Amino acid sequence: MNKKVLEMQNVSKVFPGVKALDNVHLNVYKGSVMALLGENGAGKSTLMKILSGIYKKTEGTIIYKGKELNVKGPKDAQIHGISIIHQELNLIDEISIGENIFLGREPKTKIGTIDWKKLYKDSANLLKPLNIDTDPKHKIKNLSIGQKQMVEIAKALSLDAELIIMDEPTDALTSEETNRLFKVINQLRLEGKSIVYISHRLKEIFEICDDVTIIRDGKFIAEKPVTEINEDQLIEMMVGRKLEEQYPYVDNELGEVFLEVKNLENHLIHDISFQIRKSEILGIAGLMGAGRTELAKTLYGYYKYKNGQVILDGKPIKIKSEIDAINSGITYVSEDRKKDGLVLGMSIKENISLSALRSLANGLLINHRVEKQAAIKYIDQLSIKTPSENQKVKNLSGGNQQKVSISKSLLTKPKILILDEPTRGIDVGAKKEIYTLMNEFKTQGMGILMISSEIPELLGMCDRILVMHEGTVSGTLEKQEATQESIMRLAVGIRSDNNES
Amino acid sequence: MNPKLKANLSRFQSVIGLIIFSIIISFLSDRFMTGSNIFNILRQTSINAIIAVGMTFVILTGGIDLSVGSTFAFSGAIAAFLVGSGYHPAVALIAALIVGCTIGMANGFIITKGYLQPFIVTLATMTIFRGATLVFSDGKPISAGYEANAEIFAAIGNGYTFGIPNPILIMIFTVGLGYFILKHTTIGRYVYAIGGNEEATKLSGVNVHRVKIFVYGISGLLAALAGVIITARLSSAQPTAGTGYELDAIAAVVLGGTSLAGGIGSVLGTVVGALIIGILNNALNLLNVSSYYQLLAKGLVILIAVLLDRKEK
Repeated sequence: MNKKVLEMQNVSKVFPGVKALDNVHLNVYKGSVMALLGENGAGKSTLMKILSGIYKKTEGTIIYKGKELNVKGPKDAQIHGISIIHQELNLIDEISIGENIFLGREPKTKIGTIDWKKLYKDSANLLKPLNIDTDPKHKIKNLSIGQKQMVEIAKALSLDAELIIMDEPTDALTSEETNRLFKVINQLRLEGKSIVYISHRLKEIFEICDDVTIIRDGKFIAEKPVTEINEDQLIEMMVGRKLEEQYPYVDNELGEVFLEVKNLENHLIHDISFQIRKSEILGIAGLMGAGRTELAKTLYGYYKYKNGQVILDGKPIKIKSEIDAINSGITYVSEDRKKDGLVLGMSIKENISLSALRSLANGLLINHRVEKQAAIKYIDQLSIKTPSENQKVKNLSGGNQQKVSISKSLLTKPKILILDEPTRGIDVGAKKEIYTLMNEFKTQGMGILMISSEIPELLGMCDRILVMHEGTVSGTLEKQEATQESIMRLAVGIRSDNNES
Repeated sequence: MNPKLKANLSRFQSVIGLIIFSIIISFLSDRFMTGSNIFNILRQTSINAIIAVGMTFVILTGGIDLSVGSTFAFSGAIAAFLVGSGYHPAVALIAALIVGCTIGMANGFIITKGYLQPFIVTLATMTIFRGATLVFSDGKPISAGYEANAEIFAAIGNGYTFGIPNPILIMIFTVGLGYFILKHTTIGRYVYAIGGNEEATKLSGVNVHRVKIFVYGISGLLAALAGVIITARLSSAQPTAGTGYELDAIAAVVLGGTSLAGGIGSVLGTVVGALIIGILNNALNLLNVSSYYQLLAKGLVILIAVLLDRKEK
């Protein structure tokens, strides 16, 4: 085994109310690639943000090249030779490749102006081994995503990085670009650089990584050489935890087919077909970027669909806008309540009434009495904790904000309620309250579509689970056959037909 | 502090400032607090206040309308031309309002359907309609004539009803209507919601484009109304009238506590803002300050007022 370049020992990170990391270990060896694996929300990004100086650790030690390291900030991490390549690339489209590589560190001439000649010569020297033939004077915006990735790597190399963190680098790459990236990684490995490789694609882990570290729920699970482990074991370690009794599943009689979607298709999702019955909770699982939110927003009229049919309650419907969706009885509670869900500066009352305001008005005039009654009704029913309905939403806790967001949808009297990550960022108590509410809606006969990245939550609450992969449905699992492993398999793109083996 | 009291205090902060400001000026000039001067201030303020009410709608959605000064001149020219050609003043008034409203809705239509910045779209239409006014008038004032019609027309700007100058009554009516729409109608609520979070408002099933076209339409309509009042007052339309009025209107809106980012503010605040500017102009005139210094003072007062407001937050 090679020498350790980096040892993160017993690293913990506490955010107000949440322990995001709990005694996590990570070792990175010289001239080798360490995979960092875990489900969405397991704490991978938090750990990497601590290493690259964006977050400060609460506890633990980081030993880097034999000495204890206290990263003071992103700049400080760079000085020590630690570079991170984020999933969303940090490049400026409108300036040249060379300028991007040396942004903020431009070589200067004697009189203090930028030494363009040196800048572009150095850029070309960095790009050549990465197989980028493009002139460094070209603008970034004309490059493919794969080429942009290479520019990011060139930038890391220009900083004399010895430890490079790659967060989901192949997410947007074609397979050819992926191969080229792997060649570069191999080359970097030969030069003695160390790499932390984060990916959901298990095949890549076996292809390019030497070792793998698995974390789950902010805890360290295992570190193994990839030669001593197989895909099944990896999945088990990533998701393997017992279903706790925090999911109050209601096993009621499912009604008739309520919503039927046939071959729904646009630029984001492909050939999606499924059904929801009355009093059913249908879960949607999938990795980030699998198209779950895009499917929800297409059903809600936010994205247009090119082909396909939507049949609600026996009647074919056309959804061209959010207004169409609401009028036909489909409503959507957004995953990002601060950005897409709520008007934070307005009151609870004004937020709850926003979607259904027309029905609370006589013509154009808002009926303030009816509006207030509706707000108070939902504040009671969903037990939103607030001194008054006039409280501004920005002053509420995450769980209460979520309840306001749900109330807004309920007031439109939906038949189909789409909940996108309904429990993200809210505490355990509030989660349970949301689950109980979902069960109430379910027994009232609503059809519920629940998108979640937390597999246990889906297993606990849903009657059926639809799994998506790269914009398509990769399989649907009945409650009895759904397990963390079977979902994970479908989510990483292993189709259900070879699931039996 | 009790949050309600605090909210009320910040709401009335500009009113308190206005009162203190007035008291100081009344000590400096004994002509300030006379009945005729107060009417004078209100009449001068009415033009800016009416335009600024429309501007409040636009800014509440997070937009801006730079074209109001040109819409003001163009609509005024249309009204003067129609009255001068013998049409009844009511026809001229309605035609001018329709023209103004159409210009505004065109702004809104281009901004929403073309996904363009309001600043740049209204900057372009500001130039276009200034040009159109100059073409239409051939660069010369358009007279409303001397017929009986012209006298009725002039009453819009010069007349009195119940002893109060008509422009002041029109201003009060406009403000009242603006307040009512924002406070009690669905579209008023949507105006605030869009300014607060446009994406969330769209995802709540609100036709955001329609609301935006509406606010620019209101802005154009009120600019035209102000243009008709001035034209009536002078019995003729000046092709360069209203130059820079968009900036006075924006200043009034911001002085009145409306956030340029949208979502927060009210027309009542805007009226106070317009009054601050009106009183300042009047006071500087009474104190015989040269018009060069007046501009300097006006700019400084706006800057100081906005800075003070920021400190409070």
